[in-house]
Amino acid sequence: MSVELLTLAFERPPIDWHAFAPEITLLCVGVLITLVDIVFLERARPYTAALAGLGVLATLIPILTLALDGADRTMFGGAYVVDDFALVTKAIFLLAGYVVILLSTNYVAEGDYWENEYYGLLLASLMGMVMMASSRDLISIFVALELLSIPAYLMVAWRKRDLRSNEAGLKYYLMGVFASAVMLYGMSLLFGVAGSTQLSHIADALVGAGPSVAVITMGIVFVVAGFAFKVSAAPFHTWAPDVYVGAPTPVTAFLAVASKAAGFVALLQLVYVGFYARPEVFEPLVWILAAVSMTVGNLIALRQTDLVRLMAYSGIAQTGFIIAPLAVAGHSGAIGDQALSAVVTYLAVYAAMNLGAFAVIITLARRSGSTEIGSFSGAFHYAPAMTVAMTIFFGSLAGIPPLGGWFAKFEVFRVLATAGEPWGYALAVIAAVNAVIALYYYAAVLLKMWAEDAPEGDHRPVPFTPSLTSALVICGGVTLLFGVVPQVVARFTDVSLLALGG
Amino acid sequence: MLLNQFLLLAAALFAIGVYGVLARRNGVLVLMSIELILNAVNINLVAFSAVRATVGGEIFALFIIAVAAAEVGVGLAMVLLLYRNRRSIDLAGIDQLRG
Repeated sequence: MSVELLTLAFERPPIDWHAFAPEITLLCVGVLITLVDIVFLERARPYTAALAGLGVLATLIPILTLALDGADRTMFGGAYVVDDFALVTKAIFLLAGYVVILLSTNYVAEGDYWENEYYGLLLASLMGMVMMASSRDLISIFVALELLSIPAYLMVAWRKRDLRSNEAGLKYYLMGVFASAVMLYGMSLLFGVAGSTQLSHIADALVGAGPSVAVITMGIVFVVAGFAFKVSAAPFHTWAPDVYVGAPTPVTAFLAVASKAAGFVALLQLVYVGFYARPEVFEPLVWILAAVSMTVGNLIALRQTDLVRLMAYSGIAQTGFIIAPLAVAGHSGAIGDQALSAVVTYLAVYAAMNLGAFAVIITLARRSGSTEIGSFSGAFHYAPAMTVAMTIFFGSLAGIPPLGGWFAKFEVFRVLATAGEPWGYALAVIAAVNAVIALYYYAAVLLKMWAEDAPEGDHRPVPFTPSLTSALVICGGVTLLFGVVPQVVARFTDVSLLALGG
Repeated sequence: MLLNQFLLLAAALFAIGVYGVLARRNGVLVLMSIELILNAVNINLVAFSAVRATVGGEIFALFIIAVAAAEVGVGLAMVLLLYRNRRSIDLAGIDQLRG
């Protein structure tokens, strides 16, 4: 009888299969790759990378049809939403994931490591990110975060006989799990205040709650701190350089771009849909994170001798730039919308230019077997195309017009200035000083590549592969497109979350 | 009110867990400290859920328990990997990467 009661009580929520199509496609391809690996073993190796890449591209098709359809889709009572913001960020994740697959092809297997499961894990992690873009509920944010993190821990420790890879994996794991535990503690406090895990309900509760200000503040601080680990914002950045150097370089590119972007997407949803009524709590917090990340990242990057480690610190500084608009987001609804589209624009450009820089580093380091900055000198003599590409990507990271990074930085400054708040101006000044510092170390690397001679006069050409070339073309194309015709691409990143949050 | 006792217990567990993560140098003990934090979260959620008479918190706690199991599986695999390669799980000894 009790079974009958249960079946009566449970009513299946309506599921919009079209809205779920991207997730389902990714899941099916991931399962397919795992099965192919189990059945065909080593014979499947030449095809798994191509299969994974095709799967990711196929996932873009439902995203395109959803975008053409245009309607916002809400499922599970608002816990899972497919709107413009979700679609744009999903497309960024998938394109970044595709480029990472191109970079990983044949690389992960070097040193006699198994390559097939790697793509299964990569797709699982990508699925977590795609879910994250739609999650508007504490539970779905948590599940998406773990789904994207757990495969990433394994991918970092991929070279299981290499002590450096072990160390990087364990450090990343411990830091990541600790951060998500702290974040969960904050979430439990917010649940206590709101009595619901849904972000829009939390937003309603935060407007009225007078006596529980301390609990709300603690909850928001813990949650933001937890995600600050994920996006490697200072002072929660200490894991990043070690993990970036120890992990296989394509995995580093994945962490530096896709996993970081997913952290930002979660942060944006939390701030805009959940915490928007409490700017006095999140704005100072974000201000400090942004200012400290920019300054610390840039100053430490100045004295790095390893290019991957330099990229880690430059990534920390870029985190500061990406997060900066949120420091004035609560000023008014219009500024909030501008800040959101500035962050999304920066994420798209950052993904392209950073992945491109990593593609060049991977190609050149494969030849020399070292990522020391000195081993890149004289690259112009044996790899002129690579050197030009690196100049585009590093110039964009430094924010030189007419490259994409310039437009992204310009948007950040514009938002900080139009808010008209003293601390907005202060942050803009700090950002401007940091942009100049950053130019120095990017230019120092480029100078070595263009002007100096190769170490020991070694002028062997670099091995070009089709997958690396297409990765470079995609990244370079996006970087240039954002810089040359910003008004066209800015239409895609002009999204809003506030209409939903109320 | 009864809620306070549960919240204090959870806060104490959280503090012990954070101390353990920061102070312990043994890989397995750090994992156990993280479990303490997660259980503090579960106590919080279940207590709030009971006071507010909803099931949302209990469901969240179930999700946390399930995901934590997967997490610890990966963590123990990594500690085991470290032990195979180094014959020690002392975290102070892993210092190949620095700069």
